[in-house]
Amino acid sequence: MSLSQNAIEVIDATKSYGSLRATENLSFSVNKGEVFGILGPNGAGKTTTVEMLEGYRFPDSGQVRVLGLDPKKDAATLHERVGVMLQEGGLSPGLKVAEALRLYRGLYTSPDDPERLLRLVELQDSSRTLIRRLSGGQRQRLSLALALIGRPEVIFLDEPTAGMDPRARLVTWEIIRQLRTDGVTVLLTTHGMDEAESLCDRVAILDRGALVAIGSPRDLTTRSDAQETRFTAQSELDLVSLAIALGIERVSLTEYQPGQYSVAAEPTPDLIARLAIWLREQNVRLGTLEAGQRSLEEVFLRLTGEGENR
Amino acid sequence: MTTRRAVMAQTRVELILTLRRGESLLVSFLIPLGILVFFSKVGAVNTSLKDPVEFLVPGVLSLAVMSTAMVSLGIATGYERRYGVLKRLGSTPLSRGGLLVAKTINVVVIEVMQIVVIVATGVALGWELTGQFVAALGLLLLGTVVFASIGMLLAGTLRAEATLAVANGLFLLFLFLGGMAYPLDRLPDALASFARLLPPAALSESVRAALEGSGFPWSELVVLALWAVVMPFIVVRKFRWEE
Repeated sequence: MSLSQNAIEVIDATKSYGSLRATENLSFSVNKGEVFGILGPNGAGKTTTVEMLEGYRFPDSGQVRVLGLDPKKDAATLHERVGVMLQEGGLSPGLKVAEALRLYRGLYTSPDDPERLLRLVELQDSSRTLIRRLSGGQRQRLSLALALIGRPEVIFLDEPTAGMDPRARLVTWEIIRQLRTDGVTVLLTTHGMDEAESLCDRVAILDRGALVAIGSPRDLTTRSDAQETRFTAQSELDLVSLAIALGIERVSLTEYQPGQYSVAAEPTPDLIARLAIWLREQNVRLGTLEAGQRSLEEVFLRLTGEGENR
Repeated sequence: MTTRRAVMAQTRVELILTLRRGESLLVSFLIPLGILVFFSKVGAVNTSLKDPVEFLVPGVLSLAVMSTAMVSLGIATGYERRYGVLKRLGSTPLSRGGLLVAKTINVVVIEVMQIVVIVATGVALGWELTGQFVAALGLLLLGTVVFASIGMLLAGTLRAEATLAVANGLFLLFLFLGGMAYPLDRLPDALASFARLLPPAALSESVRAALEGSGFPWSELVVLALWAVVMPFIVVRKFRWEE
């Protein structure tokens, strides 16, 4: 048994499906009691990473540890201590909500109270409903309750709020915050930057199976390379000339909408002065000028190249 | 660590789901009973036996085992695989062995209910419970191993819709080739010889021999036993828990 404080460790893990690299030399760790988010475009390797930790997949090289244990070899021990919410499915459509909870209560040694969990996920009025009659969001909440019923020390949530209405999302966020208060380690994947920003202590951004950034949402949005200056002016300005004037690379300049420009550089007094001089030389009238940090979404889009075609 | 409590919780759910599936109960109870009553009354089975019920009860018992162990189990498991139920249970303390125990108990409980109903109906139709009944039960259990393996092989390798189609198709084919509703010697010789190598005929003929008390059915038993050894082996190697 490892004595480390890390609830989750991924060490140089590579996993391929045929010729497709799902993760490549991936390494990160999650502290005990942390809410940790994995972000990334579709196909970035988020689910593969989670499923290696859940014991469904085995890395081709490298290793993964949960609570210091091997998810495959120590499965019997870990299954009592880990909660899992799959990205989709996992529920028998022919069972009633209460029956599913009763089953899962029977599977764990010291389970939580099903009634309490039903109220927690706001399904108390649906306990006698067949799962096939639940909406997508209700099924997600039932899956969440089932992931919680074994009183896990670590919980894996693969896109927990996908398909939920705003109200259900807030309920889920509240549950996750409560888990943090209770000292449970939460690893979640998400497409929602607002979700990552408001819930996660730290996030990892994956792209094509590799880690491209890791840190608290605040770290990622205030790093100097996350700084940005935006301005509006007439459309189709000569960006090559502007880049030279600003002393930056051409790729750091984009006209992301006609007449709307983004300069991927820290808004230093020098930069702003150079911009003003260039505008005077070109006789271009400035619309608006904005400076400051990017949102997590912009950081994400830039890192993963998702915004390239915008 | 699969506890007995976990296995019982899963068994309870298996039984709830089985009893809730109307179409599966139709295959498990109404089709065997329908064949038993219809064929014994209309005398369509023109056998050398003095009473068609004596021929039909062993055949219908075998049919019942086939419907529960192969068709119901196979289709239900195939859809559980499709819906990710098997995958999700794989990360709970219920081990795969525990899940199989629960499914086995479910199949055996349903089969016992079928046997009770079929025997009672047979008796009502004039069948006499003679011969080696315990040996017949043992053979039905061996048949359960074979048919459950076929069902699980379909469920663990095919898409759920394909499992549904193939399990029902096999059910019909095995009904025709199984010596269940009519004697095998009604088939062309070559086809009958081939059919005797398949599990349904081996099961129904051996159960019939046991219930008639006409000597122990060694050759059928060997065929059945071979299937019972080979099929689980193939299932263990081929079964995939995720679709």
